[in-house]
Amino acid sequence: MRSLFNKVLVDIAKADERIWMILADIGYGEIEPFRDTFPDRWYNCGVAEQNMTGVACGVALEGNIAITYSIANFPTLRCLEQIRNDVCYHHANVKIVIIGGGLAYGALGVSHQATEDIAIMRALPNMVVFCPCDFAEAEAGVHAMIAHDGPFYYRCGYKKEPPVHAGPIEFQLGRAIRVRDGRDLTFLFTGTIGSQVVKAAETLNREGLACRVLSMHTVKPLDREAILAAAEETGGLVVVEEHQISGGLGGAVAEVLADACVAPRRFLRIGLPDVYVSQVGSHEWLLDQYGLSAEKIAGTVRTMFGS
Amino acid sequence: MTSNPDDWVDRCRVLARRIREHCLRMTHRGHSGHVGSMLSMAEILSVLYTRVLKVDPADPRRPDRDRFVLSKGHGGCAVYAVLGELGFFPKAWFEGYYRDKGRLMGHISHHVPGVEFSTGSLGHGLPVAVGMALAARRARRTHRVVCLMSDGDCDAGSSWEALLFAAQHRLDNLTVIVDYNRIQALGFSRDILDLEPLARKLAACHWAVQEVDGHDVAALDQALSTLPFEPGQPSWLVCHTVKGKGVSFMENTVSCHYGSVDDRQLAQALRELEAAS
Repeated sequence: MRSLFNKVLVDIAKADERIWMILADIGYGEIEPFRDTFPDRWYNCGVAEQNMTGVACGVALEGNIAITYSIANFPTLRCLEQIRNDVCYHHANVKIVIIGGGLAYGALGVSHQATEDIAIMRALPNMVVFCPCDFAEAEAGVHAMIAHDGPFYYRCGYKKEPPVHAGPIEFQLGRAIRVRDGRDLTFLFTGTIGSQVVKAAETLNREGLACRVLSMHTVKPLDREAILAAAEETGGLVVVEEHQISGGLGGAVAEVLADACVAPRRFLRIGLPDVYVSQVGSHEWLLDQYGLSAEKIAGTVRTMFGS
Repeated sequence: MTSNPDDWVDRCRVLARRIREHCLRMTHRGHSGHVGSMLSMAEILSVLYTRVLKVDPADPRRPDRDRFVLSKGHGGCAVYAVLGELGFFPKAWFEGYYRDKGRLMGHISHHVPGVEFSTGSLGHGLPVAVGMALAARRARRTHRVVCLMSDGDCDAGSSWEALLFAAQHRLDNLTVIVDYNRIQALGFSRDILDLEPLARKLAACHWAVQEVDGHDVAALDQALSTLPFEPGQPSWLVCHTVKGKGVSFMENTVSCHYGSVDDRQLAQALRELEAAS
């Protein structure tokens, strides 16, 4: 997905010379086309994420679109105050792109696992929070990100994620996409965990549990209508995210339900249970260890829904 | 009437005095702190706004304005004082500094006409100024970017990230002024995180550095009249200043960082400023 992101960005930047990339010495093998095509709009700040974000803010405040880009937590947590005070408070047109949300970097360890980012980014006023699940959403999302005027958080996948959507998508920022329909329960997910969720839904479907699946690619602003409709039309909601269980998509969905005084018959959040990942293994293996593989998701739901 | 070439010096000094008076009154009314940090940069602001920066009170956002970023946002009251004096907003706004329903918050705010950027947490101004300078250079615009920093600002790692980057990219449309009063929140900077030899450190980082008495308006003007100091290098002006300058019981004291003045102290401070003028 990161290769696709960079390719689409270069294509857009050819026609829009407001677009800059401000980096912090990350992106080897991916960012070179932007660097080589637009050398006067590409800067590597070195291992200096606070400066990267501040520079991006200054560039953006002069009428440009500045993209910061790095691995997992580097362009967010390390420079969070710059994102808050400089970017969000000034409504600067800065796009913060992380590569490898959740456990994507697997065996590299906790430093490279972005597992609180959604909660933190969505708490910031003026920030859009976007987590594409596959290439179709990723590509549409780059265009939406550039078209949007203001701070934008883009949680990009890091490898060749499988498609979640069977065909072309109707994409609109802030509107959920229905991947499949069903009346017994609704899965809501955000980001690349979507491929596991769809597999789990297919398994459960074969067992007689008809699952609706919604891709909540935009966590902020969140599609309230889709959530409330799912709560009313299906038997329960299951929120799955590659993120701590607190404060992310599950928390955001619960807020929508509580604010609307709508109580689904069942409500389940599946994510990391307030722990750092201490085990060593690949992305897929870690997902399974922490209950986020298709099989484990299906098992958890099967138990809860008594199927 | 013939024009006296030194009139501008007098006008600068008068403006610096007014900045101090406004700051003392505003912080007194608001029961707010940081007045020592405001007093130490009165001449710097006076010279900047009357002799250096191209800004227009009638059109604060005009595209060709010079960009001024106050990184030591806790001294924002002093910038409000200048902007009010120059007509960016009504001086009546001073009444509401740090008070309910006021327009002027304690740390500098871009919601105030004439203020380029909000700060308040140290170490934020220079990176943003660097970004503004980069963007100006690429757009072939000739306006300058000036960032005013404090001693405490120079502690922050982000400031050093930014100053290394600015030199790397030869941003000679960028000028940093440090209000080097050598006192920060909890004490003297030499006892907390010694910045010395600051000028030599900056020169070693490939900045063009000059040092000046930060209360001498003629010297400040002289230094800032030829920017950049060196083509192809960002300029850094170390201004040697006295925290709490102009008020005897505040000068060079740590307590005036957070302190404000009571009724009696306000009266004494204003008397001293008047006597010195």
